[in-house]
Amino acid sequence: MKFWTLLRANLGRHKRRTFLTVASVALALFLFASLRTVITTLAAAAQFGSARRLVTTNATGFVLPLPVSYANRLGTVPGIEKVTWANWFGGRYGDGKRFFATFAIDAESYLDLYPEMSVPADQKAAFLQDKGGALIGARLVDLFGWKVGQNVTLQGTIFPGDWTFTVRGVYTPTDPAINDDAMMFHWSYLDERTGREGLAGWYIMQIDRPDNAANVATTIDDQFRSSPFPTKTGTEQAFNASFATMWGNIGLLMNTIGLAVVFAILLVTANAMMMSARERTRELAILKTIGYTDRLLFVLVLAEAGIITVTGAVLGLGAAKALYRATNFNGGGFLPGFDVTWATMAAGAAITLLLMLGSGIIPAAQAARLPVVTALRNVE
Amino acid sequence: MALVEVRDVNKMFSRGSERIEVFHGLTLDIEQGSFTALMGPSGSGKSTLLNLVAGLDRPTSGTIRVGGAEVSAMTATQLAGWRAANIGFVFQSFNLLPVLTAYQNVELPLLLTRLSKKERDERVRIALGVVGLDDRLDHYPRQLSGGQEQRVAIARAIVADPTLVMLDEPTGQLDAASSQEVLNLLGRLNDEFGKTILIVTHDPSAAKRAKRELHLDKGTFVEQEGAAP
Repeated sequence: MKFWTLLRANLGRHKRRTFLTVASVALALFLFASLRTVITTLAAAAQFGSARRLVTTNATGFVLPLPVSYANRLGTVPGIEKVTWANWFGGRYGDGKRFFATFAIDAESYLDLYPEMSVPADQKAAFLQDKGGALIGARLVDLFGWKVGQNVTLQGTIFPGDWTFTVRGVYTPTDPAINDDAMMFHWSYLDERTGREGLAGWYIMQIDRPDNAANVATTIDDQFRSSPFPTKTGTEQAFNASFATMWGNIGLLMNTIGLAVVFAILLVTANAMMMSARERTRELAILKTIGYTDRLLFVLVLAEAGIITVTGAVLGLGAAKALYRATNFNGGGFLPGFDVTWATMAAGAAITLLLMLGSGIIPAAQAARLPVVTALRNVE
Repeated sequence: MALVEVRDVNKMFSRGSERIEVFHGLTLDIEQGSFTALMGPSGSGKSTLLNLVAGLDRPTSGTIRVGGAEVSAMTATQLAGWRAANIGFVFQSFNLLPVLTAYQNVELPLLLTRLSKKERDERVRIALGVVGLDDRLDHYPRQLSGGQEQRVAIARAIVADPTLVMLDEPTGQLDAASSQEVLNLLGRLNDEFGKTILIVTHDPSAAKRAKRELHLDKGTFVEQEGAAP
């Protein structure tokens, strides 16, 4: 590229401005990738769920409990093969600021329904035998350095007091949409200590065939419609999606913020490029006098915008991809599997192209259209 | 043999609703290998004539031929290519690119050619050698004196071996000593290298170094020495 020297010299003319413009583009694309990854992660979590699993919650809202006695009745519904239940615990660890998802589960049936949670056989057996035992995600081992056999004390928020568990096993999700930083302990321990008289947060059922889901769900909800605890049953995917909708229309918000940031940077970059071209009116006229064609000058000015935006994009998108992967970021447990997807990288590349064209075309066209005699007369 | 043939050229400018006629039926021949000085008061049309011959501007009517090519009939792209190959241009205020070294400034016209990097390197060193600045290759314009800057500009103008070298007030911003250096250089380019030189100047001493003087006043040649226009 024989014009590289000229391009490099022009980019180095105002090093600070070039650096700041590249940094602006990098930051904009980093934010874009981050915000879009929040959306894709939530979407992936909402889509997680076996087609053969149904979830039954209290019809009023899933924060309200259901009697654990429903388990037996659910097990008799035609089409249901297995039943388990869980309850949100909501504890905090250490100085009270470290939060991660904690569930009380009916351990044996729960692990039976979730083969995606891989637990070594000996650890699983130890957990099942110890009512005060806990099963933790592999990330909690990385975060806190916990070991199997260690006692861990949580401060209950919904269920006050100190709750001490013995780590009996470590699970590793085989599906990235499953949290790997959750803790699970025995529902019976929660039930006994709180004296709640047999209440469960929600039920999970495995059904015989995915196409039977609607019939089974209707049968369940009809069965409990007139009871003090009416139910609402849906697929596990719909249940997970309901968590996602708790965030409101966050996708629209994230997209709007992300694109607003990119648009703001487009203006910054375009302004920098136009300033740069305007300052060089004389030099562009000289190059035309030497024999540089309008098209070549157009390409050279556009190439400068391209180098700035592509450099910024490589830094911004690359940093987002590398940083979140290296730090295993998961948004405090709310965004399991947080990873900048290649689709997001491709969208970032498309935005980079738009940024390059948006910021470069006007100054490039101005350079190409520059009337050389007028420009020379003004500077001579 | 005339290298430059200007025939019956009219040039009008518009300034708002006002129409200004710069040339009316201007005719001029410039011989191959000549050294011509174009003089005249400000506004007489010297620079306009230079721009027309270099294809930087177009006549309202009439024809301009340089080396047999009809400049006034070329498209903008054709003109750019033609200028790169045939014209060397030197300005009063040097107009070097401040972010490039002397070497890189002189190399600029060669980037438009198909020459290899090695060939470009040879030519740049020769051109800077001709102007006596082969020891200033890596100096930036800010590190050079005015006279040195103008010599780099001349090296840039001749590096592509153009048919015609045109200079617009090349000594206008130089002290006496630097002016003499530049004029001596132009004399050498004409005498030793056979370059056709057309220089616009207000400086009578500069004009005296030329072999032919043309005087323009209000778009018309008023006094000449040597061959008739």
